[in-house]
Amino acid sequence: MAEHNNRLMAARDLQMWFPVRRWGFIPAGAVRAVDGVSFELRRGEAVAVVGESGCGKSTLARTLLAIHTPTGGRITFEGRDMEQFTSREMRWYRRRVGYVQQDPYGALPPFMNVHRILREPLIVNGVRDRQEQEERIRDGLREVRLVPVEDFLDKFPHMLSGGQQQRLVIARAIILNPGLLIADEPVSMLDASVRVEILKLLRRIQDAHNLGVCYITHDLSTVRYFSHRIMVMYAGKLVEKAPVGGLLDDPCHPYTRALLRAIPDPEPENARTYRPVPGGEPPSLMNPPSGCRFHPRCEYAIAGLCEVEEPPHFVPRADHEVACWLFREE
Amino acid sequence: MRNLRTGLKELRHYPSAIVGLAFIATLVALALYAVIALPLDDAIRLWRAGEGIWEDTPRNASPVLLNWWPGNNHAETIVVRCSDEAATRSMERLSDDFAIIDISLPLEFTYDGFPDDVRVFLEADYEERRPHAALAWKTPDGREIELEERTLGERATYVVSGDRRLAERLGTEAHIGLFRQPDIEDDVPLKGRYELSVEGILFEPEGDVRVRLVSYGRVHGLAGTDHRRRDLTVALLWGAPVALAFGILAALGSTLTTLVIAAVGVWFGRWVDAVIQRLTELNAILPVLPLLVLIGTLYSRSIWVMLGVVIALGVFSLGIKVYRAMLLPVRNAPYIEAARAYGAGNFRIVFRYLIPRVIPVIVPQLVTLIPSYVFLEATLALLGLGDPLLPTWGKVLQDAFQQGALYKGYYYWVLGPALLLMFTGLGFAMVGFALDRIFNPRLREL
Repeated sequence: MAEHNNRLMAARDLQMWFPVRRWGFIPAGAVRAVDGVSFELRRGEAVAVVGESGCGKSTLARTLLAIHTPTGGRITFEGRDMEQFTSREMRWYRRRVGYVQQDPYGALPPFMNVHRILREPLIVNGVRDRQEQEERIRDGLREVRLVPVEDFLDKFPHMLSGGQQQRLVIARAIILNPGLLIADEPVSMLDASVRVEILKLLRRIQDAHNLGVCYITHDLSTVRYFSHRIMVMYAGKLVEKAPVGGLLDDPCHPYTRALLRAIPDPEPENARTYRPVPGGEPPSLMNPPSGCRFHPRCEYAIAGLCEVEEPPHFVPRADHEVACWLFREE
Repeated sequence: MRNLRTGLKELRHYPSAIVGLAFIATLVALALYAVIALPLDDAIRLWRAGEGIWEDTPRNASPVLLNWWPGNNHAETIVVRCSDEAATRSMERLSDDFAIIDISLPLEFTYDGFPDDVRVFLEADYEERRPHAALAWKTPDGREIELEERTLGERATYVVSGDRRLAERLGTEAHIGLFRQPDIEDDVPLKGRYELSVEGILFEPEGDVRVRLVSYGRVHGLAGTDHRRRDLTVALLWGAPVALAFGILAALGSTLTTLVIAAVGVWFGRWVDAVIQRLTELNAILPVLPLLVLIGTLYSRSIWVMLGVVIALGVFSLGIKVYRAMLLPVRNAPYIEAARAYGAGNFRIVFRYLIPRVIPVIVPQLVTLIPSYVFLEATLALLGLGDPLLPTWGKVLQDAFQQGALYKGYYYWVLGPALLLMFTGLGFAMVGFALDRIFNPRLREL
């Protein structure tokens, strides 16, 4: 029961298909951006979702944020089913979930100053008292280390550096005291020198508020630093779920292994070595390959099995799930 | 994307914008002066030109400006009343109901040209028996010319140019003959002090006679006068507030509604967008001017009705397509996604997140749009659909056009309103183009 209470968010068989129409009205299939994703997120836990571009990570984030209405499956948050949210519950949900985006400049309305940007979520969520608004705005800025606060209040986004912009985005995400933070590639557009700072900041905020964090990235090198568990996504599906150490040190799924091999390593010797990478391109999400979606690119593909039947989640180790036929129990 | 306020501040770096702003400021000052100095009711009453309001002004006189040209000294209008200080007036009562009244009105004439006409307005007080008056004209060189003897009514007018017998006696047009130097072949006016003397005989104890002498000039007022003796200053002054109000309201009204509708269409998409797009296309094929002519002819020519129709037709103007193109990329901007994630509603997103983003791009368009609506109003007036009451630049042009002003050489009649219209267009266009360069910096390199 304690286990259950500790659960912040759960997704079961989540589907987000975008219908495609020819000539604007003739149905012509669907883009299966998220196709049967299940996971659990505990309170105060940071989970990384990794995968290459176009695998559906961002769509997953938007679906979890209720920006898209899922076409199938269900999301529960703190024990409540999102599908049955009343509009009041939906407002509560939006307060409880913060969103940090990839492009900090694009994420900030260019015509609002810092003060206004932070006030907007408060106004929208019914914090009417001016005094309280001011306090929370200042607390938020202090929390992301945009100090002295007075120097920043009147600035517009274009006057801030990339790192400061992202801090502001984080301040906006946490100003409503959320329980869950969804960070969609929060550092990928930042300068390498600022990335660590921002990740440290997110880490500190996560600890301070006991936040659940869903950290979406294509960059495995930052994952170990930040998260407890990793979920690897490929073509709209989760192919491997494991604690950070277990996955990074001993990956199971061939795709995960390929991903790990692709991490650049600052070692001069590497310039002379050739690392094999899986050929081919990410599959079309409109017509995904039959069976295991990775089989056309997989070097271990088992003929007659992988391209026919979709692999279920196997559990080769405790707390380690992988959707690959290589791990089937004979 | 630049902030609106800083963009407006940047205007001062553009000389053309400063000149444009000066034009606009002048127009605004003119409009304010018109509204304060000449209340609307007075302006309308003056422009209606009833009740002998314009008795003392000449017909089709050029602007006084003409006299500022060296060598020009056209006659200006001179009005002498018997109540003036220079006028003398004596009454000799011979018995209870019999008196002789002697009025002398001096007229200082210093011009190189003849007046347009001379009239004497006589007013008499009496109960039953009308007074009698004899008019005589004394020239500076001592000649005395008998003008007319008549029995007076309550109001009587003696029109010199209409006095055939006098013309015959003088051998030329009467109002020229009165001022002409004698014994010279050419018509040259004699300068000096003229005098109109009125000898009246009253037959009642309470009777009285008042006289007003008007020598109509060839030039009058800053803007001249029209065929109904109306001083064009009234129309040129009042044209400013009307033009500004019409232009600004129409531009604002149509732009803002169009923007809001475009934003609503872009945000909600699907059938809302489709309906708005189809309505826009439908509206695009409606001919605006014929519709306005139709409404002006069949319903009302009031400028406010026209304004309403112009705005209503502007709501679904093709601007929607332009704004839609600008808003579509904004719709998917991450900051709007963020706003949805923290729970901003549709209304808030449309008005606080979508529209403000394109306002800086709209402002230059709005400013350049104002004169086109000012011109539209003038066009309507020229087509005979001007507001029936208000004096406007367009109506002056229409009068000039109908009276054949250019054919007859009354250039001032057309130039006045036309110049004002051009200045309005120039002012707003210069500011608008400068704003465009500020807010759309890609144009700067051109």
